[in-house]
Amino acid sequence: MSGYSQISFETRMDSVEFRVAERAHITVDDTLCRDCSVRGCITACPANLFVPTSDGGIVFNYEQCFECGACSLACNTEGAIDWSYPEGGHGVVFHKT
Amino acid sequence: MKPGEEVSPEESPSTAESSPVGAGGAEVDAIVVGAGPAGSAAALELARNGHSVVLLERGPFPGSKNMYGGVIYGRILDALVPKWWEEAPIQRWVTRRQTMMLSGDQALTIDYRSDRWGDPPYNGATAYRPDFDHWLADKAAEAGAHLVCSTTATGLIHEGDQVVGVTTDRPGGELRAKVVIACDGANSFLAREAGLYENLDPANFTVGVKETIALPPEVINARFGVRGDHGVDIKILGCTGGVPGGGFVYTNRDTVSVGLVLSLTGLAKGDRRPEQLLHRMKHHPGIAPLVEGGEVREYSAHMIPEGGYDAMPELVGNGLLVAGDAASMCLAAGVWLEGVNFAIGSGAAAGRAGHRAIQRGDTSAAGLAGYRTRLESSFVLSDHRKLREIPHLVMGDLAQTRLPGMACGVAEQFFHVDNPAPKPGLRRIIRSEMKANGVRMRDLVRESVKAIRGFG
Repeated sequence: MSGYSQISFETRMDSVEFRVAERAHITVDDTLCRDCSVRGCITACPANLFVPTSDGGIVFNYEQCFECGACSLACNTEGAIDWSYPEGGHGVVFHKT
Repeated sequence: MKPGEEVSPEESPSTAESSPVGAGGAEVDAIVVGAGPAGSAAALELARNGHSVVLLERGPFPGSKNMYGGVIYGRILDALVPKWWEEAPIQRWVTRRQTMMLSGDQALTIDYRSDRWGDPPYNGATAYRPDFDHWLADKAAEAGAHLVCSTTATGLIHEGDQVVGVTTDRPGGELRAKVVIACDGANSFLAREAGLYENLDPANFTVGVKETIALPPEVINARFGVRGDHGVDIKILGCTGGVPGGGFVYTNRDTVSVGLVLSLTGLAKGDRRPEQLLHRMKHHPGIAPLVEGGEVREYSAHMIPEGGYDAMPELVGNGLLVAGDAASMCLAAGVWLEGVNFAIGSGAAAGRAGHRAIQRGDTSAAGLAGYRTRLESSFVLSDHRKLREIPHLVMGDLAQTRLPGMACGVAEQFFHVDNPAPKPGLRRIIRSEMKANGVRMRDLVRESVKAIRGFG
């Protein structure tokens, strides 16, 4: 986006440690997304995991998830986003000093 | 189950055999889900009273999932860990508190400082949550709680209408107990599963994003006007790009935390993402000189339950108590943004209520009802009840967009010397700034009355 030049999103996310689980803890029923006019997940997700596709769908990834739950709460299409915690020991790990 | 048994907080799921989870039918007095401040305080109280307690943590170590935009007010720890300040992993002691209003390129700041806050027993402290939460969980473990990390509680086990344990993602990982204390954070799946949340309104949540920026301690001291281990807490109103919320800047020893708290529904409706809004605030002339130049050591984000008293779930079920963020106990009342202290206060109260109920042999909702009574007589629910209107007031349009603009505008006109024109009168300045910012007198009066009433 314009005006965002200081650090790239990739650099920003590279500062975060993720111990990625094999099983995805987010699933999206993208057929429901096609009828969704709000698509709050796209702007609300602080990790930018939800990206609209040119054909009206949504692609997502779960690997760099902060596990905040914003997507699932912001989603106003019943059942489109199924979000739970990743399996124990996996996912985001914030730094200790 | 050996209550005193040590489990390494770094334990990996592959060593599941050594944990009590999976020992089918094993029973302990209490299971505490989540080793954040609420869970560790609850486990500490229970263990000290001689109960067998399992403290479950889904992260590889306590605090690994936790961040905040905040300050820890530690006095609630006095009773749990005497002289906590001598050992807690604190970054800096807050001796300077500012409320900053930003509008356009303007900033108006209220700045209070007192070096007395830099001496025991202190007032606020900054700390990294992975450090602080780990430290507090270790206190619970030292008292005899069985800390089991890398284990996600996946659901509740019921017998009739009584909660009798939790399922976990360990193989065969059912664990049964007389009482379960859900301290599983802002998204509390356990409280939701138990039906304790009547309606979960996204409008009661904000998303917090934060950058931790590395800077040498002497640079931080010079920029923020503090010495030694003293630090600054800045709350910011305005400059959130039309999304209801607010900002913050805090000093750690050799980093500065800068972040935004943004209405979830506001974000979802808007077209700008959190990091874009944060970038914008970081470049405001009132903020940039404080945070520029350093490397971003970590970017982080978390959900904040900000709805206050009216957004809280039922706190007590049969065999189940809810504490901390899981019970929406963050206090987001403008000048007061607190959560860790409410988590510790409610967790400790849940631990004590659980202890009494186990002792009496009745962990039904009736047997556990003392929890709510304890909270009502403490700051946890009395502050929340007293300030129940304030979160809505702070997130309202007047406080969000019109107030910072008007306050900065009044300051600008009041301090700007425009000779040879004579100084305008204060009343004229206020009237013109109200008009310029679309503030109507009746709205101002109505919101002021609410604020005066709300702040008690």
